[in-house]
Amino acid sequence: MELFLNRISDGLSNGATYALIAMALVMIFKATTLINFAQGEFAMFGGFIALVLASERGLPMWIAVFGSMVITAVCAAGIERTLIRPFDPSDHLPLVIITLGLFLGINALAGIVWRFDPRAFPELFPSGNALTWNTATLSWYTVGTLSTIAVVAGGLTLLLNKTKIGLAFRAVSSNLESSELAGIRVGPTLQFGWAMAAAVGTLGVCVFVASPFRQLEPNVMVTGLIFAVSAAALGGLDSLGGAIVGGLAIGLVQSIGVPYLGIPNELSLLAAVAVLMLVLLFKPSGLFGTPQVERV
Amino acid sequence: MSETTTPPELVLDVKDLQGGYGQIQVLYGLDFHVADGEIVIILGANGAGKTTTLRAVSGMIARTGSIKLRGEDISDAKAPDLVRRGVAHVPQGRGTLPELSVEDNLRVGAYIRDDNEVDKDIELWFDVYPVLRERKNQRAGSLSGGEQQMLAVSRALMSRPSLLLLDEPSLGLAPIIVAELFERFAEINKETGTTMLVVEQNAQLALGIGDRGYVLESGSIFTEGPADELINDDAIRKAYLGV
Repeated sequence: MELFLNRISDGLSNGATYALIAMALVMIFKATTLINFAQGEFAMFGGFIALVLASERGLPMWIAVFGSMVITAVCAAGIERTLIRPFDPSDHLPLVIITLGLFLGINALAGIVWRFDPRAFPELFPSGNALTWNTATLSWYTVGTLSTIAVVAGGLTLLLNKTKIGLAFRAVSSNLESSELAGIRVGPTLQFGWAMAAAVGTLGVCVFVASPFRQLEPNVMVTGLIFAVSAAALGGLDSLGGAIVGGLAIGLVQSIGVPYLGIPNELSLLAAVAVLMLVLLFKPSGLFGTPQVERV
Repeated sequence: MSETTTPPELVLDVKDLQGGYGQIQVLYGLDFHVADGEIVIILGANGAGKTTTLRAVSGMIARTGSIKLRGEDISDAKAPDLVRRGVAHVPQGRGTLPELSVEDNLRVGAYIRDDNEVDKDIELWFDVYPVLRERKNQRAGSLSGGEQQMLAVSRALMSRPSLLLLDEPSLGLAPIIVAELFERFAEINKETGTTMLVVEQNAQLALGIGDRGYVLESGSIFTEGPADELINDDAIRKAYLGV
């Protein structure tokens, strides 16, 4: 029983990271129906920038994380402007190839700059346990990751629903042509989406590697991205709430489903892919996605 | 012929308009104009180039020729800039944002404005179309076709345009709804002075509220004239009125 509770706690904290990366994917997918395969690498790079800001500039850790979110947002906006916007948004193949190229390029760049040795990342949440019941524990880390997604979800909801740029972003996500006819400039609006996604992703990685059991290295998000894509697909790809539920569900599948079904841990990635395939096969719009039903 | 009297100000003055999609040319040199406060109707069969004409005017497609908006050349301007200069376009097949609520659709319509009368204007269009007030929190995609058309028109008018382009507002709607819509267009034109350029297949109804009309055929203007003359023109009656 205690082991089961601990596995739930682990699953939720892993799932929270998948949820954050999945939210970043959803931000871009909502507006462009494109999956940015470099999202995890943007985030990994952001993790290193946060580490550099903290260890070399001596900034307090949370300030360093925030600074890195800003820096990666600006970089993502620049990438959108130079590598994404020149291409026809309705032709996905060149864009997918570009995001795959970015994936490889950023990964290699991080390897050159910071090498592939794992590095310890400072803890962002208090160590120890918030709750203890016999041998079952709920760590502050799990509480922290869950609080982080709550804050991010709340912040994004406010941004999208209460600000003008948020309104423009939702409009562009819904109908590109009508948005242009209302005077919305589509390019800068999508750029805003890329910037927000990069910031959220960076936060996701920082929270992920802030676990005392994990370290930061350039390949840290390679498998994480697959979990995050599965999470986003499960949640419906265009729903931020769905990304959270999907992320937590994938985290729980990984920490509970995999050991109890006797699947070797090495195959847990396959479990995520299996979830992804089942969703695409039986419910392509996911749990909370917008089904494409319109009255005409 | 000497120009002694000042002509009424032309909101839109188009000369030798050519345009199309990629390599395919659709418009072969159109000349037409819309004077201040007028409702001008563009008629034509499927494929004549009616929709393309509106898309060329509002900057949605590449085009050549001279397009003047109140005397200023706009032939290079793109859609988001033209909205700021007072041109609102309701595209064919409703121009709503299906995932957004009715109220948010209207707010998007006011996107280019930064005055503080947006809420007042939303109430104004809710008064014109009370069914939109009842459904203000509903997703636009869940409205009926007629309600979506009302919303699309209100959304366009939220930008306070001086020229409203309407692309086949009757498409796919029941005749009684269409009649109501056109009645309302005539009222909006009278009350707000909004100039309108309307593309339609329903010639009878459109000419009923229009001042003048143009008939397009294969990307050129086939004939033009005052609405009441066109409505009695035998050739047009045969082609578009089905009598």
